[in-house]
Amino acid sequence: MTTNGNDKPLKKVCIICAKANLEDVYASLVLANGAVMEGIEAKLFFTFFGLDAITKKQMHKLHTATVGNPGMRMPGGLPFPTLLGMIPGVEAGVSAMMRSQMDKLDIPGVEEFLQMITAGGGEIYACKLAMDMFKLTREDLHEEVSGVLTVGDFYAMCGGENTQIIFT
Amino acid sequence: MATKTFAGKIIEINEEGYLVNASEWTPDVAKEIAAEEGIELTDLHFRVLDFIRDKAGSGVALTIRSIGNSGIIDIKQFYQLFPGGPLKKASRIAGIKKPSSCV
Repeated sequence: MTTNGNDKPLKKVCIICAKANLEDVYASLVLANGAVMEGIEAKLFFTFFGLDAITKKQMHKLHTATVGNPGMRMPGGLPFPTLLGMIPGVEAGVSAMMRSQMDKLDIPGVEEFLQMITAGGGEIYACKLAMDMFKLTREDLHEEVSGVLTVGDFYAMCGGENTQIIFT
Repeated sequence: MATKTFAGKIIEINEEGYLVNASEWTPDVAKEIAAEEGIELTDLHFRVLDFIRDKAGSGVALTIRSIGNSGIIDIKQFYQLFPGGPLKKASRIAGIKKPSSCV
């Protein structure tokens, strides 16, 4: 690993997650948790379908897409036929397999991951507009969520030197 | 490879300040490394360090989650004991290699 000695270290990351695919949600969670682990402040903002990750009813049921996902392969590396992905139960089976693989690497479930991030001082927010669109209330959200924000509120949090906004 | 004197012993360290040989570690060395990080070690710190050293000896990658499941402290306490990058700081103070885990 090389670092430029003149670079000032990153102080804060603001991460936006707008999708509910297992892999998109995990990208955001890993980035946020990785930041707090390094002593970097982290704000995690969930919007549109990303809200599933912090909605109590949905957070344990996240899937990876087996249709329209070119990275999808059979165990062993052969291409995964799209028609196979359409069969009921296949997507759930594939998602369960992904989750068990992650568990082996000590990657926690979504709920535990959110708890790990807040334990390290990270903050988790929901987008007000998307909440209104999906008719969700604060009670639908997991208790690790710190609040519901407008875009303006979110930008107000993203100020300061050496801050980056990341969209996954 | 650089060397540094900790607790009166000359100890080999790498460019990031981690001990090269975990066997050169002693509790007094830990106290001096911790002081560099601005941390004063308590008994609870040492229990966590012992857990980390055991884990490193077994060859399993160290994760924040495994420390939360150690039965010694929860993750929030871990962040409080070793503020600002707990896994790295605790590993350096425990005299083991820099952690290579992303979680």
